[in-house]
Amino acid sequence: MNAPINIAGLLKKTKAVFRFNGGVHPPENKAQSTQRPIGQLALPEKLVLPLRQHIGNIPKIKVAIGDHVLKGQLIAEAEGTVSAAIHAPTSGTITAIADAVIPHPSGLSDRCITITPDGKDSWIERQPQDWRKDELAPLVKSLRLSGIVGLGGATFPTQIKLRSANTAIHTLVINAAECEPYITCDDMLMRERSEEIVLGIKVAKRLLDAENVIIGIEDNKPEAIKAMRMATENTDIQVKVVPTLYPSGDARRLVYLVLGQEVPHNKRSTEVGIQVFNVATVSALYRYFEFGEPALSRVVSMTGNVNQPQNFEVLFGTPLRHLIKAAGGAKRDTSHFIMGGPMMGFNLPSDDVPITKAANCIIAASPTLFEPPPPAMPCIRCARCADACPVSLQPQELYWFAKSDNFEKAQAYNLFDCIECGACSYVCPSDIPLVQYYRYAKSEMIALDKAKEAADIARERNEFRLARIEREKQERAAKHAARAQGAKTADSSEKTTAPNDKQAAIAAAIERAKAQKAAENTEPKNTTHLSNTTKAEIAAIDARRASVGLTETKMTTNEEKQAKITAAIASAKAQKTDANQAANETPIKNDTLAVDTEKQAKIEAAIARAKAAKAEATKPQDKGVQTKPSADAEKQAKIEAAIARAKAAKASALETKEQQAKED
Amino acid sequence: MLIALYIMLGLALVLGAVLGYAALKFKVEGDPLIARIDAILPQTQCGQCGYPGCKPYATAIANGEADINQCPPGGDEGVHALADLLGVEYKPLNEEHGETKPKMVAFIEEDICIGCTLCIQACPVDAIVGAAKHMHTIVASECTGCELCIAPCPVDCITMNPIVETPENWKWKYPTIPIKPAIHL
Repeated sequence: MNAPINIAGLLKKTKAVFRFNGGVHPPENKAQSTQRPIGQLALPEKLVLPLRQHIGNIPKIKVAIGDHVLKGQLIAEAEGTVSAAIHAPTSGTITAIADAVIPHPSGLSDRCITITPDGKDSWIERQPQDWRKDELAPLVKSLRLSGIVGLGGATFPTQIKLRSANTAIHTLVINAAECEPYITCDDMLMRERSEEIVLGIKVAKRLLDAENVIIGIEDNKPEAIKAMRMATENTDIQVKVVPTLYPSGDARRLVYLVLGQEVPHNKRSTEVGIQVFNVATVSALYRYFEFGEPALSRVVSMTGNVNQPQNFEVLFGTPLRHLIKAAGGAKRDTSHFIMGGPMMGFNLPSDDVPITKAANCIIAASPTLFEPPPPAMPCIRCARCADACPVSLQPQELYWFAKSDNFEKAQAYNLFDCIECGACSYVCPSDIPLVQYYRYAKSEMIALDKAKEAADIARERNEFRLARIEREKQERAAKHAARAQGAKTADSSEKTTAPNDKQAAIAAAIERAKAQKAAENTEPKNTTHLSNTTKAEIAAIDARRASVGLTETKMTTNEEKQAKITAAIASAKAQKTDANQAANETPIKNDTLAVDTEKQAKIEAAIARAKAAKAEATKPQDKGVQTKPSADAEKQAKIEAAIARAKAAKASALETKEQQAKED
Repeated sequence: MLIALYIMLGLALVLGAVLGYAALKFKVEGDPLIARIDAILPQTQCGQCGYPGCKPYATAIANGEADINQCPPGGDEGVHALADLLGVEYKPLNEEHGETKPKMVAFIEEDICIGCTLCIQACPVDAIVGAAKHMHTIVASECTGCELCIAPCPVDCITMNPIVETPENWKWKYPTIPIKPAIHL
């Protein structure tokens, strides 16, 4: 190592903080909400839990309407890698799973789970874990069930930030800067629960295996600094006071402030060995491992145009109205409510939205508190926005590109590095809503990207389909060709194979008929899953059918048919003069029930045959007229056949009667 | 004098050999123009341009057989992009091929569907699932909104629905200054 770098390193170590470029200092307005301690809220009438409370996939609902849930019970499970679970913040009944207005800049509705508390606030069995000694991997894995997300406002699922990264984490930075005006929830948390935060830091430090821990606090929170200094005594945790300058609470800015290290714009801080957690997040981590409490509530600053601005511990899903009431109600001239700070927050669509994991602060706004912005004037290219930009972008250029939908150029000027802090809009002498232009350009670019992706998929699917159709065509052609070839070879040997084929076909048909017959006697297949009532119903219908005689008539017609067939055979046989040939021909036996009838018919037929033969013998004929017997013989044979038919019918009738008697 | 000539000749031969080798070795396969035109087209595969898909239309444009303003789903922006790529004059969208509509997604009324599979055969991106005599349904995420499934349906159970705005696909709006009515004193 050469000397200059060593000197720079030494300088870095001695220097307390490193100023970043730009930044602004708007009026703080923090004192209003720090006069009272963190308040507790009474249980609201209902809790509305949006599924979309974090960055990533929507969790999967694990409850149904009407279910009774206990406090801390999992009601929606993390789905996919980037996702977070949701738990019931109190015990009660699930009364709705429906779309409701969520706190989102769009003001749109999304799927929410509504719980009506039963007032008992009874816990599910909690499972604390020994975070000091237990193995790391299962501890980190269990975080997936914790529902903890970054409580600074970004709401990134914490379990992902604690997973072992490719690069080892050497420094853990705790973000306690809280740079936005009005917000004081982290300040109050540090004042009142510094011990819990320090324990939470120890949890995170162990899970990350980090060597150094630095807490960065802005110098406008002396009480919090004092409390944290006291709590971190005799530990290796360092408290660094950073100057009050918006946006020092941005993770990359804070890392630079306390470490003097710039995180490259295309890399995450973890890639350079640094991880950043918010104070409230580490506190939630501690509560999860020590007491087995998942993420159920957070501290929210209720400030601005309300009678008693204060911080409250608020259960997720609590309607905003309930919180406003607890803060003494909103003053009369309140026009709307802002979620987040005045710099980066957004207007809420109504006061009916629930408090979510992202809600660090709610500001009641009035025209006197936040003057409506004057109309935007043309850009005068003063470049004050460039001086204020903490990310060292060229906001004036980006403004031109965004305004003219020149997204390619905007991307070239690193629009996606913009953190939307609003410092540029704050300093703009022409009152141009610069950040709105950047947000517009960003979401348009994201939408275009998605459309491009969809188009690529559509192209791929279309190409695949065309290829498939082509392949099927070829396969069909190949099959036809093979069949044609096969037909040709079969043609030559048709004469020898045909009778065999025919016989086989007949055998197969007989087989099929037998199988069908057998199947008729078996139970229908769709009765296995029927309920008892349906079974009873079916039995009743069967009984009714039997009483009407539906089955009976069916049977007799069958029998009749059979008899007719046999009679017809008999008559046909009678017509035949060649007795031998007739004897060789076996009658078709496909019903054992009709055997008797058949037999009888056969006897009759034999008699008829014999008589016919006699008749023929008495009137000798030419051998060639075998098929045309004399009229007399024919007549006689017919008569005999008719008698046989009648007898057969009689026999079958008897048979059916017997059958019926047996069945009864 | 002669040496100089030999040197020049030698150089020419060597360089010629190098260039010849490079021309063979680094030869560009296929026609990248068709692929580049195809990349601009929206891949709806609707056939409104008169060609049986986006790729055939791209090929026709590349061969100078088709105009650049025949793709309604691509809209005016698509025509601009094609004009930029091909270095030709922009011209407004040809009305004959239909007009630009917001992107829609097909929906099958499942109570009415008789399971005839005609729409499955019509779908250019295989976004309909189902089997003969079984109910069919649209895979909404894969549907390009080409409307090719509507005509073959014998029971008219397919409708085109506009894509609903959700917090997921919601976009920040272009900043506008609200116009207030003038106050008359």
